[in-house]
Amino acid sequence: MPKDSGIGASSKRREDVRFLTGRGKYTDDINLRGQAYVHFLRSDVAHGRINGIDTGEAAAMPGVVRIFTGADFEGVGGLPCGWQVTDRHGNPMQEPAHPILAQGKVRHVGDPIAAVVADSYAQARDAAEAIVLDIEELPAVIDMKAAVEGGPKVHDDLESNLCYDWGFVEENKDAVNAAFEAAAHVTTLELKNQRLVANPMEPRVAVGDYAPGTGDSTLYTTSQNPHVIRLLMGAFVLGIPEHKLRVVAPDVGGGFGSKIFHYAEEAFCTFAAKAIERPVKWTSSRSEAFMSDAHGRDHVTKIELALDADGMFQAIRTETFANMGAYLSTFAPSVPTWLHGTLMAGNYKTPLIYVNVKAVFTNTVPVDAYRGAGRPEATFQLERVIDKAAREMGIDPVELRRKNFITEFPYATPVAVEYDTGDYNATLDKALEVADVSGFEARRAASAAKGKWRGLGLNCYIEACGIAPSALVGQLGARAGLYESATVRVNATGGLVVMTGSHSHGQGHETAFPQVIAEMIGIDESMIEIVHGDTANSPMGMGTYGSRSLAVGGSAMVRATEKIINKAKKIAAHLLEASDADIELKDGQFSVAGTDKSVAWGDVTLAAYVPHNYPLEDLEPGLEETAFYDPSNFTYPAGTYICEVEVDPDTGKVSIERFTAADDFGNVVNPMIVEGQVHGGLAQGIGQALLESCVYDANGQILSASYMDYAMPRADDVPYYSVDHSCQTPCTHNPLGVKGCGEAGAIGSPPAVVNAVVDALQRNGKDVTHIDMPLSPARVWAAMNG
Amino acid sequence: MTTVSMTVNGKSVSGDVEGRTLLSAFLREGQGLTGTHVGCDTSQCGSCVVHVNGAAVKSCTLFALEADGAEVTTIEGMANADGSLGTIQQAFQDYHGLQCGFCTPGMVMSAAALLKDNPKPTEAEVRHYLEGNICRCTGYHNIVKAIMAASGQDVVAVAAE
Ligand code: FES
Ligand code: FES
Repeated sequence: MPKDSGIGASSKRREDVRFLTGRGKYTDDINLRGQAYVHFLRSDVAHGRINGIDTGEAAAMPGVVRIFTGADFEGVGGLPCGWQVTDRHGNPMQEPAHPILAQGKVRHVGDPIAAVVADSYAQARDAAEAIVLDIEELPAVIDMKAAVEGGPKVHDDLESNLCYDWGFVEENKDAVNAAFEAAAHVTTLELKNQRLVANPMEPRVAVGDYAPGTGDSTLYTTSQNPHVIRLLMGAFVLGIPEHKLRVVAPDVGGGFGSKIFHYAEEAFCTFAAKAIERPVKWTSSRSEAFMSDAHGRDHVTKIELALDADGMFQAIRTETFANMGAYLSTFAPSVPTWLHGTLMAGNYKTPLIYVNVKAVFTNTVPVDAYRGAGRPEATFQLERVIDKAAREMGIDPVELRRKNFITEFPYATPVAVEYDTGDYNATLDKALEVADVSGFEARRAASAAKGKWRGLGLNCYIEACGIAPSALVGQLGARAGLYESATVRVNATGGLVVMTGSHSHGQGHETAFPQVIAEMIGIDESMIEIVHGDTANSPMGMGTYGSRSLAVGGSAMVRATEKIINKAKKIAAHLLEASDADIELKDGQFSVAGTDKSVAWGDVTLAAYVPHNYPLEDLEPGLEETAFYDPSNFTYPAGTYICEVEVDPDTGKVSIERFTAADDFGNVVNPMIVEGQVHGGLAQGIGQALLESCVYDANGQILSASYMDYAMPRADDVPYYSVDHSCQTPCTHNPLGVKGCGEAGAIGSPPAVVNAVVDALQRNGKDVTHIDMPLSPARVWAAMNG
Repeated sequence: MTTVSMTVNGKSVSGDVEGRTLLSAFLREGQGLTGTHVGCDTSQCGSCVVHVNGAAVKSCTLFALEADGAEVTTIEGMANADGSLGTIQQAFQDYHGLQCGFCTPGMVMSAAALLKDNPKPTEAEVRHYLEGNICRCTGYHNIVKAIMAASGQDVVAVAAE
């Protein structure tokens, strides 16, 4: 019987009411008295030397308040990078400066050169057109291999375009090579994981404000982690201490990673508001978003899998080129390394793994985390090469996976992580059942009768999320801790406010978090309110990404609530004249074990704030507690995804006919929300597999910089999905036993789709082993007829 | 500047606009009706859909002056008279048809226009009709389901898929 409240209930989302009635409060809905508007003049060449910027005519145009250029930011810090990777030889990565406005050179289309602040957007835009730029276009480098083989340098002051050459685990390299020498079979695959644009539907917005009376700055911004922005911008860019800087991220319209990072526009609006003593607002257009939001993926990989004669995996060796773009975005260096190399074991007990990653600067928009971040890239290569190996060796792809599955936990992989728990056979079996794989032949025959080629592809994935144990990531190069915080404030009349560093931008925290606390105390969910997104009213927290909110932020909330309950029990013991060891809390009622004496939650909370009858000599009044939770390990959601496609042999068009996801997320707090998260991830993964691609031409112009050219998945590109999360091996190291569900869909779906298309072609006699994403009709048709 | 007047959610409003002011900007900035969202600059995303004289229109593709004298309904005008959620809005909540909520006003306005013309659409018709509305969060599953349910059709089978 499904529960109707508390942990495990599909409680309806309370935040929906304001969103459905147009009363959400997104950053662009904020308008401050007297605000000015900024328009950024951005580079239209990929690489160039700035010889002159003449703002004279523009500055005299109507409504213009002030025009800023790179010169105004001399002495101001650049955008910092939050992660330092150490290369194969023990050297730190090359780290270029990243100015707020271009200094001396522009390095990608979209690099901001000047900022026009005016009384209206239209005036700012008009004036920007009157700025006379003298930019000498330089040869650009777009292709990663060209960039490391002597192409033009993106940064004159760096040795080369190679950010780092990383080997993981370097000490295993020789053993891995030896295993390849000895292997009965080696399968090799070269593939691309194409550049994507996250495209949350809400474009980025920043509003800077400055109070001359107090010297306080406030930034309203579309961020997944306002505290992180406060720290990075305050400490590294503008030199504002945290107590003089407030960062607010109100309702945020999706992020998918792209709103983690600290962006130049945020620093600009905060800086300019102080300079002109007026609020300064920037609203990105979608076209601007395509050339200023950090992009995702963009890896080129060669993977080799060594097997013995029975199909047991012996070793994996990979070489990846990872595009950093022109500058290092906040977490960029970690994505192809620690979020990718650590996942190369997948669900399998491959004993030896060596991953080489060359991170490369090019004259393109910076690349950073996008939903899944590194883990989709790892999963894609692994699950594609396994499928290829299965065909080469004549082993059923399901059986090849099954025989190599890790079945005993905890399991230490050869790539530095330890899986605490899992049951990969269970999710595989569940997926085969839900997908009705036994009925596939009949469906294939029916498709064939219509002239369509049907194929089936599967993918088993694992991801490391619940990011992250601070001590571990510190050793790995993170320049920050990755704990989360929560303050639980109980009011006198019994209601609770939880202030958390986790940020909700679609995940439904305002609904799901109260379910947990309601269950712990035994009160109604409606008595609990979640406050987030404002550094002024929540403790320092690291925000929402890496499927961490419930696993890390939720754990902090549980710990703080435990402290509340402990103190409340002491108060109740006093009121009941009993020992606190004998107090039990159930259904919002404190009782003395073995008696009928009890006192209600509300009476205890009232006593905490009206301490007339209260153990004042032992306890402080009030009922408010804070906890910081630092996880001891990552969490490891895993599962099996199965995709069935129909390929039209005349056109190469692929349609997704059925899609099944069987995930093990550990315990589930709100199944409705979890399923929704999977649905969204699936559409993004199917989008990557079939539709999306950020394309540059050889000169560095973005050819897909609007929704006319960047193919976002639409409602008729996807089917109803079948999702199942009934296989649950609870996480062993966090109090809720939860693993995180936000990224799985995007990680698990692309290989399933590509495997299905390759399957359809092979069943119809086409010797096609791989097609690079997106599998557009043209590419599929070319592969079929190539 | 020219003065434009129209009826928005049953109320007469007017304001001074430039020739180039879009209806979306007039509603958001002029009238403070920030439920209408702007998600693109190429008329693709549908976050900005409102009804103009009963028809679903992308308010970013219309100059405010073109709506002079028109009857405009925005998401703020879609709740029942007593303030409770309308049928489509309620179905979106019941079936989790929204996550971040940014595409949602446009989705609801488009769904209302669809169901007015086609009260019992098929799943394929709903998906096809939503071709001008992009959602990045939901994967569309629950949006389609919510619209089917709002049209009075049984979606229990979908839940069991
Ligand atoms: S804002 Fe109107 S269609 Fe995108
Ligand atoms: S709910 Fe976020 S874009 Fe649709």
